[in-house]
Amino acid sequence: MSMPISGVATTTPGPPGPDAQQPALGGPVGGRYVAPPATRALGRIAHAVRSNRKATTGAVLLLIFILVGLFPGLIARDSPTQDAYAPRLGLSTAHLLGTTAYGQDMFAQVIWGTRNVLIIAFVAGLACTTIAVLVGVGAAYLGGLWDGSLNLVTDVLLVIPLFPLLIIIAAYLHGGSTIVLILVITVTSWSYTARQLRSQALSLRNRDFLAAARVRGERQLYVIVVEVIPTMTSLLVACFLTNALYAVLFASSLQFIGLGDPNTVGWGTMLYWAENNAALQTGQPMWAIAPGACIAALGAAFALLNYAFDEVGNPALRPVRRTRGKRAD
Amino acid sequence: MRFALRRTGFFLLTLWIALTLNFLLPRLMPGNPALAMLAKFHGVVNPQALKALYILFGVNTHTTLWQQYVTYLHNVFTGNFGTSLSFYPASVSSVIGGAIWWTIGLVGLTTVLAFTLGTGLGILAAWRRGGRLDSVMPPVFVIASAVPYFWMAMVLVLIFGISLHWLPYIGGYNVAGDTPSLSPSYLGDVLSHAMLPAAALLITTIGTWILTMRNAMITTLAEDYVRMARAKGLPGRRIMFDYAARNAILPNLTGFAMSLGFVVSGAILIEYVFNYPGVGYMLLQAVSGEDFPLMQALFLLITVAVLVAILLADIATAILDPRTRAAG
Repeated sequence: MSMPISGVATTTPGPPGPDAQQPALGGPVGGRYVAPPATRALGRIAHAVRSNRKATTGAVLLLIFILVGLFPGLIARDSPTQDAYAPRLGLSTAHLLGTTAYGQDMFAQVIWGTRNVLIIAFVAGLACTTIAVLVGVGAAYLGGLWDGSLNLVTDVLLVIPLFPLLIIIAAYLHGGSTIVLILVITVTSWSYTARQLRSQALSLRNRDFLAAARVRGERQLYVIVVEVIPTMTSLLVACFLTNALYAVLFASSLQFIGLGDPNTVGWGTMLYWAENNAALQTGQPMWAIAPGACIAALGAAFALLNYAFDEVGNPALRPVRRTRGKRAD
Repeated sequence: MRFALRRTGFFLLTLWIALTLNFLLPRLMPGNPALAMLAKFHGVVNPQALKALYILFGVNTHTTLWQQYVTYLHNVFTGNFGTSLSFYPASVSSVIGGAIWWTIGLVGLTTVLAFTLGTGLGILAAWRRGGRLDSVMPPVFVIASAVPYFWMAMVLVLIFGISLHWLPYIGGYNVAGDTPSLSPSYLGDVLSHAMLPAAALLITTIGTWILTMRNAMITTLAEDYVRMARAKGLPGRRIMFDYAARNAILPNLTGFAMSLGFVVSGAILIEYVFNYPGVGYMLLQAVSGEDFPLMQALFLLITVAVLVAILLADIATAILDPRTRAAG
């Protein structure tokens, strides 16, 4: 019961090579010394980020957002929640993006709101990826009945439309705090990446180094954690990026339609208040434009990094000229 | 045949799980949301309808969960979803019946358009590898895939609706000036109201089709039989469509089904931004009005629509690609 999946950011597993230590994603493997697979994969990712322009753009964008999220007070001195100013001020040097209909400084809201969305992206992204690893790799490695049942759960979750499901769960909960949003998103949206991880793990299953571990008499948990997962580091990072992107989009959408906590300082919440105050119609477009642009930029950072990894994993997709340049060295 | 049976089996299983989820969610959530909702409508709704709702959500009844489940399934299969609370006293079925055509018209047509256009552009991009189209498009659409649907809709409203006054951006037709009929003026009005939501949906979804098609096409173009066709001296157009695209379109077709869920999700928010009278906007109205009967029915409707589309795409893939029938 397998359903072929394809999407923009699908990393297709390569055919199993004869070399047992062959890395999961074929990149330029330069070093002659034998480093642990996970370290080598991380090194390859670092190399990809430096050499691929899309990845560099994504990484720089993400880094900026992380710095802003860590130290918002250094950039915006105003409080994001206090109704301290005259309402509906235009753009000025004192208020870079103007003020809301309640007299809050919008620039401060955008800057302080970064933290909320980053927390959602990283926590939900990591949690989803963890579940995806447990289910996907577990299914592929354990096989048999385990594979069948875990696979079925994944398949079902994959085809049930997620966003309507998220909406009704959040509606029954009467909207939710950031923690509730993270929980709901995590529980529902791990299936896509579990699918990718399963097919990757399946292609690893019959490799020699795993057979060796089994012959050594290692326990299954040890084999999965120490032998299988480190060889999949690149794909794990790609899965995290996919999950983080969807977490950002889903959480912001839920906040926008009023199913988040309207008192949190976040981009989706800003959009909710902007929509409720008809910001576009009353000449305050910045209220909606600024947070939306930030969501798009953060999402783009994740998507660009992810696409670049796809290019690293599947050389056929790389821009033509670059492929030729690579061959020369 | 076995393939068809297995796919149908999976379809039925998923349908059953969705139905059961829909039944269990309001009963499992903390704080008994159904009870709170019904307390709000006490006195507003007539006692008979209220009693029906009590039964629907298993509040204040002495029946077991199992009996409630059987009643629920019976109601679903006979199309009895109860009374809508936010559109009281209309029944849920009639309320949805009024909204569904708007969504099918808008989302259905736009999706077909996006799929056709996107696949075509993807074929072209891969065929002219390294050309202008090919080098500009992927990064642009990777970024576009990160733009929230609803925000794209808001930007279009701001530019073409509010600043330029080119197109209307509220509702499905001019409620004040037009009555629904088959007159050219009404149809023109509907069309102009659909322009901006359709554009928003098209812009945000087309990238997926383009990229999936391009990537599959690039892989296919490297196959030996394509080289063979070139060696035979076949015309380029024939190689492009009959040899490469025909084989490369399969992932896009499966992708079509898979991402339909995302299209539906995106359409909910786009309808919301434009106050478009379809099922997506209605779902959010039901949420804000705590109209749980309507909300449940809409969730089921959307899920069933997506499942049917996936089943159809599976069947189409099986007909077009013999390998899937064997491999499953």
